[in-house]
Amino acid sequence: MYVATKGGERAIEAAHAWLAEERRGDPAVPELSVAQIREQMSLAVNRVMAEGSLHDPDLAALAIKQARGDLIEAIFLIRAYRTTLPRFGASVPVDTARMAIDRRISATFKDVPGGQVLGPTFDYSHRLLDFALMAEGAPPPAPTRDPETANTAAPAPHVLALLDRDGLMEPQTDGAETPPDLTRSPLEMPAERALRLQALARGDEGFILGLAYSTQRGYGRTHAFVGELRIGRCIVEMEIPELGFAVGIGEIELTECETVNQFTGSKTEPAQFTRGYGLVPGQSERKAIAMSLVDRALRWEELGEDNTGAPAQDAEFVLSHCDNIQATGFLEHIKLPHYVDFQSELELIRRLRREAVAAAPQSAAPAAHSAPAPSSSPAPSSPAKGEAAE
Amino acid sequence: MTARATRKARPERPAMSEDYNFAYLDEDTKRMIRRALLKGIAIPGYQVPFASREMPMPYGWGTGGVQVTAACLVPEDRLKVIDQGADDTTNAVSIRRFFERTAGVATTTRTREATLIQTRHRIPEEPLREGQILVYQVPIPEPLRFLEPRESETRRMHALEDYGLMHVKLYEDIARHGEIATSYAYPVRVAGRHVMDPSPIPKFDNPKLSGNAAIQLFGAGREQRIYAVPPWTQVVSLDFEDHPFTPSKADAACDLCGAAGSYLDEVITDDAGSRMFVCSDTDYCTTRQAEGHRGRLNREEVA
Repeated sequence: MYVATKGGERAIEAAHAWLAEERRGDPAVPELSVAQIREQMSLAVNRVMAEGSLHDPDLAALAIKQARGDLIEAIFLIRAYRTTLPRFGASVPVDTARMAIDRRISATFKDVPGGQVLGPTFDYSHRLLDFALMAEGAPPPAPTRDPETANTAAPAPHVLALLDRDGLMEPQTDGAETPPDLTRSPLEMPAERALRLQALARGDEGFILGLAYSTQRGYGRTHAFVGELRIGRCIVEMEIPELGFAVGIGEIELTECETVNQFTGSKTEPAQFTRGYGLVPGQSERKAIAMSLVDRALRWEELGEDNTGAPAQDAEFVLSHCDNIQATGFLEHIKLPHYVDFQSELELIRRLRREAVAAAPQSAAPAAHSAPAPSSSPAPSSPAKGEAAE
Repeated sequence: MTARATRKARPERPAMSEDYNFAYLDEDTKRMIRRALLKGIAIPGYQVPFASREMPMPYGWGTGGVQVTAACLVPEDRLKVIDQGADDTTNAVSIRRFFERTAGVATTTRTREATLIQTRHRIPEEPLREGQILVYQVPIPEPLRFLEPRESETRRMHALEDYGLMHVKLYEDIARHGEIATSYAYPVRVAGRHVMDPSPIPKFDNPKLSGNAAIQLFGAGREQRIYAVPPWTQVVSLDFEDHPFTPSKADAACDLCGAAGSYLDEVITDDAGSRMFVCSDTDYCTTRQAEGHRGRLNREEVA
């Protein structure tokens, strides 16, 4: 006799034990420490912190270790942890013009006040596997600049601010209102730019990259130049009510990208350069550049541009689908049991087929199976329902 | 709900994790969710946006239902969790364990003993009673979503009570298939006003939504929406006078307990096309078997 499958609890426990074993891999190979991941997988750590929306390199490294290197899973762990944290308050806005710069390049000017700094970049590295890394040993030390001539303390004003003075650049104004917090209030459409930028900053790097690329290929083209890309550390300051002034509470690494976009003017705006903006915690210039392109594409309405129907211009489309934790959860949920819905679909399809076969003339009965039986025709309503099977 | 929300000294319960607040969420978050629930109760069927939190289980796996349950649970509650009508499906087991660990509440598989039931895709067969809460996990709360993908547009349609598109869709189904080709997540109208997605329950369950004694709460975590059907509210499945709504199920009786009026799972028993039907509601089926009811494949066990 049939007995319903029981023991889900034991199966879950056994699966988790097996997972833990797989995570460790061959016990003969030394185990990775969280510090090793933090120091040597720093760009992965940066991505997990950025998309997990939590600055904590140790926890991000731990999440990567626990997730077996699956970065979206690691981001998920960080997000779930982050939700449980109390909030003490908000910092004052970080001033990226006062960034201690590690890397700063402009694609629009050969030289800029503060200089171009290449920094620790993969750019111009030939992508040849370095087999020396398979052997252990320290790399030769990188040359350091003479501290006497180093201009780390020299101010590095934003490149686009220089254009701004000539009136060629759309002016940047500070909004008076405190922007809404995406993680504390539900996303409602239409979303203002501050909210869009928040969503993009924690959005999936791959999704943002793909959208940005699509604008370069003509789906909502914005003619972007990298006006400035800078990576460095910024002081985070907080107003302490008892003190009456802001004090630095720490330092975070940021990547900021500002694009200059050609703009020939519209019904409402004169010809001038416009901006796209990307800001991502950690060192993540691919994401920051992509974000600034998507930001600019999403601004079509305020600039009076045409909506060409490109995906990157559609704020509701972009914001509803850029979060990889939402996306991966919903995508993967279709592996959960759907017996009940599938059963109701079975009944429906059987009934429709029965009716179609009964309605067909006797001589044409065999054909009724293949041809226009409604149950097998891809009627728009039926597949739509199928996709709605949650 | 106010009466339930009073905190009393916690009775003896299984070991509970002390690392998190009662039922995992912090009290501010619970309060935010309770406000959304009260608003939902006040406007039956209206989708209330709420600041859904990231939960330690994936979106799409019941995070909305879990947040609603967390906001409603009190230490005296007795919780039942079902998925596909069954208490022992893996995700139901996982969610039940989550609340055992974070809230330390008592759990049960018995519908009549539960004070709060979290469900995915089914309404229990046994009628619910006053004081019980049924929490639904909702994937896509918007009944108009597959007709109009834009949230800004569907909210406008609800506000204007502009449901023509839905009726056209149902009409086109009839024109094309001879009947409304929706077998689950069948749209309903609540209290004569809002069209609502009842979550992907089979349309067989739709009549149980109406005039139900229990509070019915719907949570969609990823989509950040909460909605509700207060007790004894009229819920009508959309139809036409000449094509009335018909709840449907497999044309069979349960092979284990013999129930003719419960929703059935079809189970393939070999590779030669043999199949059997069993109640999807496992508590209903085992209760009936305990009472001596027997189905087609269960007769030899009659003592």
